Amino acid sequence: MYVAVKGGEAAIRNAHKLLADRRRGDRDVPAIELNQIVEQMSLAVDRVMAEGSLYDPELAALAIKQARGDLIEAIFLVRAYRTTLQRFGYSTALETSKMQIERRISAAFKDLPGGQLLGPTFDYTHRLLDPELAEDGPVDAPEQRDEPEAFTPRVTDILGHDGMIEEDGEMPEGSVAGDLTREPLTFPLERDLRLQALARGDEGFLLGLAYSTQRGYARSHPFAGEIRIGEVDIELEVAELDFPLTLGTIRVTECQMVNQFKGSAKQPPQFTRGYGLVFGQSERKAMSMALCDRALRARELGEDITATAQDEEFVISHSDNVQSTGFVEHLKLPHYVDFQAELDLIRRMRAEHERKHQTGEEAKEAAE
Amino acid sequence: MIKENNQSTETGNVPDLERKAAMALLAQATAPEIAAFWAGWGDKPDVETLRGPETGLVMLRGRIGGGGAPFNLGEATVTRATVRLGNGAVGHAYALGRHREKVRLAAVFDALWQQPDCRDAVEKAVLAPIAERLEQQRALKHAQTAATKVDFFTMVRGDD
Repeated sequence: MYVAVKGGEAAIRNAHKLLADRRRGDRDVPAIELNQIVEQMSLAVDRVMAEGSLYDPELAALAIKQARGDLIEAIFLVRAYRTTLQRFGYSTALETSKMQIERRISAAFKDLPGGQLLGPTFDYTHRLLDPELAEDGPVDAPEQRDEPEAFTPRVTDILGHDGMIEEDGEMPEGSVAGDLTREPLTFPLERDLRLQALARGDEGFLLGLAYSTQRGYARSHPFAGEIRIGEVDIELEVAELDFPLTLGTIRVTECQMVNQFKGSAKQPPQFTRGYGLVFGQSERKAMSMALCDRALRARELGEDITATAQDEEFVISHSDNVQSTGFVEHLKLPHYVDFQAELDLIRRMRAEHERKHQTGEEAKEAAE
Repeated sequence: MIKENNQSTETGNVPDLERKAAMALLAQATAPEIAAFWAGWGDKPDVETLRGPETGLVMLRGRIGGGGAPFNLGEATVTRATVRLGNGAVGHAYALGRHREKVRLAAVFDALWQQPDCRDAVEKAVLAPIAERLEQQRALKHAQTAATKVDFFTMVRGDD
């Protein structure tokens, strides 16, 4: 029998009040400030900006504070916030070749113009916890080296000249970059839409898929051709002015993955590429994105689709952590009526089963 | 939309490039910095706000492979404002972030910069200090990054 019920307003109100209290924690401990989160939890801020798909460090910090450090909850908050704002337009495409570089490495080419710049990396640390960080001790100023500034070309541009490596990806003449925030996705996708989805995709999900390609599921022998992190200018064309305006700079991480090279009837063998570009400093995400981008190009490159990482519909449909968490976590909401219906169904099935069993027994006895 | 009466609509003409550079600096001013410049500005004009300051989104675009076809990377918050001074001069400003008062003041300085009799003062009192700070930050970052450059040494071979 279906009985409509409602209730729980007071419980919900009190639960939210309790949440606010627990979020704040012990009042004897000073409240964390947004600029502390921006400055000292900057990679968490970067992740929220990347997967929230909204570049604004203060907003991401606020979301992290409100979400008690639950980054997927923070990403959800940022996604919800963006829906309240109007869209002014689309920027001109940012020029990563003109980046002010903070880190730039290539695992494939030792001697490249501009050199290997390690920047602020966790690489080569010993991953030993530092007890001194428990105190707020002084931190030395970084070293400086006087070196003339030089244009630092992308590795793929240096290598591209002799056709050893494929060119940057082009789309058919006259095509406009798809925007999944405006149009629902319909498969199959073009590479531009896949890259948009991957750029906002869950780091952990993409990392796992990227790892699967290394372990042999859609293997493509990747090299980190180049990883660069730094600030790029953002420009916007607006109706009221005749020139593109510079709006400021944002930090991005770019990964050029260089992969194997089968070639085709039309193309001689050459290195193929996967591309990653992510808001903020996030090498792991940019590398995972590049590996997934390369795997998802299977159809375009005429490769057999044998592995999950090559399955565009599977990867892109499940890469968004706000969608994923929404559907997984909705199971917590009351399903009392659904469950009641299934309970009734099982009771009927069991009664049926019992009856058949008994009739069977009786028939057996009669036969004996 | 308020369209300027530019002498030339060709992109890349000198007045446009100069104004583009000026507006780029104003967009990169910090909120306290530009507030201080305004506080120190002598003969303050009447300012009427024609639009905003209002915050919205710009979809930022990357390029496939770094230099190929554009794709949509993700959005950024952007604030814009348009003001008119007492003498009718119109100024615009757009900047990343949500600092409304900063962007309103940037639009005021854009309008002032377009006045031939104010331009020098804006360049000296506002643009030059912003440019200097940005250059110092850039040079410092460059020097700090350069210190992490790997110098490869050829190992002495042990077989002779």
